[in-house]
Amino acid sequence: MDLDFSPEDQAFRAEIRTWMQANVPPKAGPEIGLPNHRETQAAWEHKLGKKGWLACNWPAEYGGPGWTATQRYIFDTERALAGAPPFSPFGLMMLGPVLMAYGTPEQQSRYLPKIASGEEFWCQGYSEPGSGSDLASLKTQAVRHGDRYVVNGQKIWTTQAHWASYMFCLCRTNTDVPKQQGISFLLIDMRAPGIEIRPITTIDGEHHLNEVFLTDVQVPVGNLVGQEGQGWTIAKYLLTHERTGLAGIADSYFQIGELHGAVNRDASLADDPLVRRRLAALEVDLLALEFTNLRTLDRVARGEPLGAGSSGLKIRGSELQQAISEAQVELGGLSALPWLGEVSTGDPVFRTATQRYNFLRACTIYGGSTEIQKNLLAKLLLGTN
Amino acid sequence: MDFSLNSEQQLLQDSANKFAVKGYGFDRYRTTLKLDGHLDPAAWAQMAEFGWLALPLPESAGGLGGSSTDVTLVAEALGAGMVLEPYVSGLVLPGRLLTLAGNDRQQQRLEALAAGNLQLAVGWAEPGDRQNPAHCATRAVAKGSGYVINGSKLCVLNAPNAQGLIISARTSGKPGDHGGISLFEIDPAAPGVSLVRYPLMGGGSAANVIMDGASVSADALLGSIGEGFELLDDALDHATVAACAQALGAMQALVERTAAYLRVRKQFGVPIGSFQVLQHRLVDMYVDVEQSRSMVLMASVRVGSANVADRRRAVSAAKAYLGQTSKFVAQHAVQLHGGIGVTEELDVGHYFRQLTAFGILYGDRERHLDRYASLPRAA
Ligand SMILES: Cc1cc2nc3c(=O)[nH]c(=O)nc-3n(C[C@H](O)[C@H](O)[C@H](O)COP(=O)(O)OP(=O)(O)OC[C@H]3O[C@@H](n4cnc5c(N)ncnc54)[C@H](O)[C@@H]3O)c2cc1C
Repeated sequence: MDLDFSPEDQAFRAEIRTWMQANVPPKAGPEIGLPNHRETQAAWEHKLGKKGWLACNWPAEYGGPGWTATQRYIFDTERALAGAPPFSPFGLMMLGPVLMAYGTPEQQSRYLPKIASGEEFWCQGYSEPGSGSDLASLKTQAVRHGDRYVVNGQKIWTTQAHWASYMFCLCRTNTDVPKQQGISFLLIDMRAPGIEIRPITTIDGEHHLNEVFLTDVQVPVGNLVGQEGQGWTIAKYLLTHERTGLAGIADSYFQIGELHGAVNRDASLADDPLVRRRLAALEVDLLALEFTNLRTLDRVARGEPLGAGSSGLKIRGSELQQAISEAQVELGGLSALPWLGEVSTGDPVFRTATQRYNFLRACTIYGGSTEIQKNLLAKLLLGTN
Repeated sequence: MDFSLNSEQQLLQDSANKFAVKGYGFDRYRTTLKLDGHLDPAAWAQMAEFGWLALPLPESAGGLGGSSTDVTLVAEALGAGMVLEPYVSGLVLPGRLLTLAGNDRQQQRLEALAAGNLQLAVGWAEPGDRQNPAHCATRAVAKGSGYVINGSKLCVLNAPNAQGLIISARTSGKPGDHGGISLFEIDPAAPGVSLVRYPLMGGGSAANVIMDGASVSADALLGSIGEGFELLDDALDHATVAACAQALGAMQALVERTAAYLRVRKQFGVPIGSFQVLQHRLVDMYVDVEQSRSMVLMASVRVGSANVADRRRAVSAAKAYLGQTSKFVAQHAVQLHGGIGVTEELDVGHYFRQLTAFGILYGDRERHLDRYASLPRAA
């Protein structure tokens, strides 16, 4: 057993760190933990696209850097520690792997390069008003007419739909079979007639989410991924990719670092042993998560199946993100209370803490809620799958 | 021992509930959020008309001389109804200070306060003090017949609306000493006083108040020179109990809304309330609210105790306890609502923010556990 990175990996880390230091946008302060400015985000992703590092989880044959799982992990850690925002995950982490596994060569060559270059944002059209945890009950209908599908229905909670060129969308194509078997995976142009996007403001006061209404939207049959009725299988494949990224370990390291900084700038906090213990406890939890993640990466590297292991990471990772932001708010105290950064006094970490804390309530809800993840793990442990 | 409300208290509770739920509620709250200082003069006037502003003030000054328990009944209803008007920071806190220590001229301010014609704010917390009111690094130095004040106050609730500010300033001793703290009333528009105003997370407004050579006359002093700490501590305790009652109203509302949602929201073909893990969570929330209610009741009686240690112990116990339970209830109300819980559309997320602010205001759980631990054990 060896807990250290190999000399090659260490050299890799040094290379990434140097590049990040030179290239992370200078304004990348604490605010950037919540990417919500399309232009800033697009410029940052373009820059990485040019460097060839944006599609960091993709193999070289599809335009990625072809890194090992360990290298990707190092990259993401260095990215976060440099204070740079995470990438918009929908094209890079979710659709990319799906198209590589299920897409036609035409679909791959049309969509993958522009995801890897950062030219096109995607959004994920899964959830509906009546179908959240019970996703398979979704009702948005796609009816085939010749060489097109005509899509009608409503999606909700669609992150960054207002940024996106395309949406990958689960639609019902058959109502006569068990619900999981009647679902198909379609790629929809967000500029198509019949699409209406309405903003939803979240409790951090920002616009990340949307409702997407689809009325007689025409989708060429060439935009079907896999077979008709294969949508659920594809969605499950995608979810395992989605969840490994949701532990947020690298960003938690960054935020703990931010909190340390803010505490050290305020003697009344820095000199308080209870405050230092609270920081230590958060770091201990993060270390447990990190090493669990590293064990998972090791399993991936050996080609062993991930199984429900990603659920455990998601449960603890999201709880820890919440706990760190909670500590930022509570230690910030009165300095955390001015709303929406309207006052420029006080430490910037504390000033933006309540927004993070508010938004991060969502991380135990999205990507499969904590309760749903626990249901999955329980079935596995009890063998009741 | 008798925990029942008398008939007057029941009437008070009924009318406060009626106003808060029917006359106020989420819609009016949202409208008020768009107003300057998050204060609707019409709502404040209504509250004066009902007699709620006069309630905690002494009869000698046009008040009703109500008990702290009476005040908590109103405050709880206001919390449930999301009433943004500054009942605690603009009335209970300055009202208590003026009642305890105001000179004749200052006592007259109580009449205006009771009638709803005056907004006041109290500034005591400072940067780096962890909300210990004995810290007080702001200084007042005698000059001529008056005083010159230098220092700053953090997050003074209701200051953007206030015509007068009551602030603590040290006239002797060093930060941390109880002795040597004096209270002064200052004019926010006076030379040498500047305000950085902002809306608060969870609603309401506040300001950081900077005093840079601000002069006040001798009669701006409340009480005796150097003896302001005991007054401030007593008034803050009264405000803290009222703030706890307000939080209790919000917590109760969240439990009701969550229970209702678990009954109507269906997933997997059944109400989500049929999932045992959610049932147990709801029960934990409910039990937290019930225990918090007990703490508010207890503190509302003991805050009037002549024994200062008893008063402090009771109030800190309540605030420390509700600091924890309000967080649990707020977090899980959001979680159990799923996506809709994290939106601006639903009141749940707004209660969540209000309770998050409550956890910090008037001293957080850590501060009150500290204070509790520093007191002699109850006899
Ligand atoms: C910030 C944010 C971003 C999002 N982004 C996207 C996106 O880009 N695209 C997209 O398609 N969706 C997105 N979502 C939607 C997200 O996937 C759903 O919110 C999630 O699946 C939960 O569904 P729901 O909100 O309908 O809650 P519900 O499913 O109604 O759940 C309500 C509560 O019931 C619990 N519950 C439900 N079923 C069970 C059960 N069987 N056992 C125990 N407890 C249960 C849940 O855990 C939750 O606490 C996003 C959501 C948020 C908050």
